[in-house]
Amino acid sequence: MPAWVWGALAATLAGQLAITSSRTGQAAAEGALPPAPGVHALRLASFGEREAAARIAMLYVQSFAKPDYPRLVEWLRVILQLDPRSAYPLFSAARVYAETQDAARSRLALEFVYQEFLRDPERRWPWLAHAALLAKHQLKDLALARRYAAAVDRHTSAPDVPLWARQMEIFILEDMNELEAAKIMLGGLLESGAVRDPAEARFLAERLKALEARLGNSK
Amino acid sequence: MPAAALARLVLLEARRGGLPWLGAASILLGLALAAFLSQVALTESLSLQAALVAALLRACAVFLIAAHVATSTLREINDKTLELTLSLPLSRAAQYLGRLAGFVACGAALGGAFALPLLLWAPPAAVALWALSLALECALVAAATLFFAMTLAQLVPALAATAGLYLLGRSIAAIQAIAGGPLAVASTAHDIARWSVDALAFLLPPLDAATRTEWLLYATPAPGAYLAALGGLLAYFALLVAAGLFDFYRRNL
Repeated sequence: MPAWVWGALAATLAGQLAITSSRTGQAAAEGALPPAPGVHALRLASFGEREAAARIAMLYVQSFAKPDYPRLVEWLRVILQLDPRSAYPLFSAARVYAETQDAARSRLALEFVYQEFLRDPERRWPWLAHAALLAKHQLKDLALARRYAAAVDRHTSAPDVPLWARQMEIFILEDMNELEAAKIMLGGLLESGAVRDPAEARFLAERLKALEARLGNSK
Repeated sequence: MPAAALARLVLLEARRGGLPWLGAASILLGLALAAFLSQVALTESLSLQAALVAALLRACAVFLIAAHVATSTLREINDKTLELTLSLPLSRAAQYLGRLAGFVACGAALGGAFALPLLLWAPPAAVALWALSLALECALVAAATLFFAMTLAQLVPALAATAGLYLLGRSIAAIQAIAGGPLAVASTAHDIARWSVDALAFLLPPLDAATRTEWLLYATPAPGAYLAALGGLLAYFALLVAAGLFDFYRRNL
């Protein structure tokens, strides 16, 4: 083989490595979250694999560190329409995006949880229950918390919904601090079997630990 | 039985051509993807792994079987092996069906092997139903590719036609939903477009109802729905076989 072929191969390989190394470390989703596509467009793009497409879309949305919330909510809504039985969009809205320090953004995420809860209350009550806690302790909006708690009470009747969830309004009105409430709720969720996924259990345990640390430091 | 000998030859070619290794590589790729996904998911990590691995393995199975059938058939045509076998005292139906039986067996083996890793995340009954559906889907793809390869006698057109049929079959329900959307402006052109899409749907295999990931994630399908999905695949498979035989009998030496 001529030497120039070896040289060309080495030079082009070095060029490729140089180009890719200059891109290393750049997050794929550094820009702004684009507008959400329509559910039919996503369904078409999924070629019938709606469950897989919904979860890929969630990972995509999750990769944006500071998403625009109105767009984010639209994405979550479309993903939930694509796979209505998926827990990921509501979990993310209630447990990740609503826990921001920006009250306006938090309200957007919580309202999304509330609206989507009304479409399938028996399955989606755990996230509205958490939304009620956030409204009380993070937003300090007792009226909103009671509205969410009352919705859980009014719209759920399945036997697997625990008593504490049906009595959420009393739970909200009790003079209980955030950590106590979160511990009771998490314990209840684990006991009722609503949390089965190991990643979710790990995530919730870490959140509880962070809450403990935060409240411990503030004392 | 000569047809069985032809089927055996197809299986032998698949083994020597590295199809089992490609299948194993696909499974490894799926498991690596699952390991990665388990680290990035905040919740539903198990269903995320099951959904994406199932989707990946389904695509791999269909691609591998289509590529194998197309290359094997076209090699026979280009090497004049097909002409040699046509001159043998063997009915054309036996030759065509023997070859197809070999490809269907390859598809069934891929379907069965690709279902095994899904047992990590889904119940065995759901996986078994998914595997049977995938095996039938692969059989349908094998029949379509054999038909296009014999008819078009070129690799790229045969693969493109198979891919077009397969992808349209999987997405036609979504296309129909878009065409019949309530927000579309009513007009004659729109009506014609909608009717055209509906007419096209009659000619396509009902792949959107088969090998569904939701069976693995949520619940096994109702028996009626499952049998209807498999029946749809079998009916289209029979149509492709009949069309392939029709074309094969018209082929001149």
